[in-house]
Amino acid sequence: MAKLIKNRDIVEDNWKVLTLAANDTPETVKLPVGPLLVPLSVWRARRAELVRREWEQHDPLGVWLAPEDDPADIAADLDDFSVIAIHFPLAADGRGYSIATLLRTRFGYRGELRAFGDVGRDHLHYLHRVGFDAFVVKQPELAIASLDDFSEAYQAAANQPLPLFRRTLTA
Amino acid sequence: MYRYNEIDRRMVTERVAQFRDQTSRHLAGELSEDEFRPLRLQNGLYVQRHAPMLRLAIPYGVLSSRQMRAFAGVTRTFDRGTGHFSTRQNLQLNWVSLEDAPEVLAELAKDDLHAIQTSGACIRNITTDPFAGVAPDEVSDPRPWAEILRQWSTFHPEFAYLPRKFKVAFSGGRDDAAFVRINDLGYQLARNADDELGFRVWVGGGLGRTPILAKVLREFLPWQDLLSYSEAILRTYNLHGRRDNKYKARIKILVHALGIEEFARQVEAEWAPLKDGPATLTEAEAARITEHFAAPDYENLPKFDTGFEFAKRHDREFAAWVARNVHEHRVPGYAAVTLSLKAAGQAPGDATAEQMDIVADLAERFGFAEIRTTVAQNLVLPDVKRSALFKLWQEVGAAGLATPNIGLLTDIVSCPGGDFCSLANAKSIPLAKAIQDRFSDRNQVADIGELKLNISGCVNACGHHHVGHIGILGVDKQGEEYFQITLGGAWGIEAALGKVIGPSLAAEEVPPAIERMVANYRVFRRPHERFIDTLKRVGPESFREAVYGNSSIHEYAKEATNG
Repeated sequence: MAKLIKNRDIVEDNWKVLTLAANDTPETVKLPVGPLLVPLSVWRARRAELVRREWEQHDPLGVWLAPEDDPADIAADLDDFSVIAIHFPLAADGRGYSIATLLRTRFGYRGELRAFGDVGRDHLHYLHRVGFDAFVVKQPELAIASLDDFSEAYQAAANQPLPLFRRTLTA
Repeated sequence: MYRYNEIDRRMVTERVAQFRDQTSRHLAGELSEDEFRPLRLQNGLYVQRHAPMLRLAIPYGVLSSRQMRAFAGVTRTFDRGTGHFSTRQNLQLNWVSLEDAPEVLAELAKDDLHAIQTSGACIRNITTDPFAGVAPDEVSDPRPWAEILRQWSTFHPEFAYLPRKFKVAFSGGRDDAAFVRINDLGYQLARNADDELGFRVWVGGGLGRTPILAKVLREFLPWQDLLSYSEAILRTYNLHGRRDNKYKARIKILVHALGIEEFARQVEAEWAPLKDGPATLTEAEAARITEHFAAPDYENLPKFDTGFEFAKRHDREFAAWVARNVHEHRVPGYAAVTLSLKAAGQAPGDATAEQMDIVADLAERFGFAEIRTTVAQNLVLPDVKRSALFKLWQEVGAAGLATPNIGLLTDIVSCPGGDFCSLANAKSIPLAKAIQDRFSDRNQVADIGELKLNISGCVNACGHHHVGHIGILGVDKQGEEYFQITLGGAWGIEAALGKVIGPSLAAEEVPPAIERMVANYRVFRRPHERFIDTLKRVGPESFREAVYGNSSIHEYAKEATNG
């Protein structure tokens, strides 16, 4: 089974990511058993069914957001998810960093926030700073060290609500 | 100037370690070129025509003598002995090998220098007025605010993968020596009706393929809100800027598409929950940073120095230099001096390692060991006693840095062009040299007066050709190098974009064309009227005719109508 970095540990990843094939629709796509991350469109189309599935089958539920998704759309639903994942189709598409920031600092999401897609070890430090605590990344055993590329930061971020100038009285 | 503390220093050394590891993984084949590219760019490393180009940061164009010597050292050891001071006030080396780049950065880190975010789709090196803190007409010194924003933008985790590069400038005064109107974001220091300090905020300027001048986003932003408001702007851009087409990805395109009112509405909505939050600047932090820029120990000097006045009256060469290269200073008895990197035959903005060392020494002996770089690719000694100007001039002259041409036609701003840059369509440096050769008579150049000439080797417009009084753009016509001429650009708050005057010219046709335009100006000008003012008064028609003659204008008109 694939592994991921979660809370600075390397753990088994037993989640499935549901994606829509060309002939699927959010309303009809088949939901596999087990812990499942659904795209935003499926969550919006089948909210009641997904909540019932989790309740009755004890299959944990999560949602995954694409860069163009607006996190405000799930702001009222955060308690329904065990995991929120953000997809990075390309490492250069940095919208996920702002989406994560908003989920953590504006909408108050406290659960697992997972980065997946084109995510490499050289992105981990910044991803961690904007609030991700789980990373689907190649060679997690090697990558984990990059979480700590920097020991200090000037600006506030999701993992450090105060900027440096409010933490050090004199420097 | 800002002095690093232990935390600032640690961040830079951790960056060197990170980049060293990334480079060795790349060289070992563990990190593909596609994966490595954004990482090396955020460390200033481009892959160029001959070797990588390493762009070293000079935050808001301020550096110490010690740092200038460090630049000279790496220029000598890792380059072929010449560096290029760029239009973003940075220093570029053209012959550093990829394998050496981490070592160069490790060496420079010892003197608190780095290449952090000098390239890539992130917040770039911040620029400001080279006379910041010494200009007589300043509203307030922009350097502390530039430093505060430098710290905030350094390794900002949310804004490292923006749709495109993001350039910020700070201006201290009513006019705009920092060119806020051609930056993605510009902060112009201002006071409100209650005499409180803050900024007029400009957004969405930029040259390149689609030149647009920045618009006012907010008439007044209190200084306390600088960081939270910047965060709101950057987040709005990061989430909504276009990512499907890199030529439409700058914030100027977003601002243009939404309109400034709608963009401002979105920024204000994003800002509302951030305002008065932890990013709000405190009096203590503003005071801590401002203290680093406190005035040095100026002596109490008379406004006029008789020795200086005497030398100026009796030495015409010296007087010519004073007229162009010496600038008013807010402290009596002092002056700011521009060292010209535009000597005839010299590539604009280039300086040898020896010249860097000399400038470092001069800054110590004739000032407070501080040097500025300018957006116009020259160097500035900001604090020279008037009584020492004659002596300084002699030494600067011996180093080849006393060409009395600041703001004149031969003070050409130019990108490195096709000799070095892999993006360029055309070679700008040989053209700059040819123009300088054509105008080698210094008296003639002085008589022509203020005339800003800018050359860009391609539409990316690193030479800022759109805002030159005369702009020259390298274009590619079926594999041949040609140059398109624009007229009527202007810098500052009254910035304007030049207009193309006609079909592009071959390289050898450009210097005579400029000569004919200048001759035309001299025919029409009124006493003391600058080139740009004559052009505005009489219109471009006669200048166009001077370049093309009558017949070719009709040809061009036909071509333009048909095509």
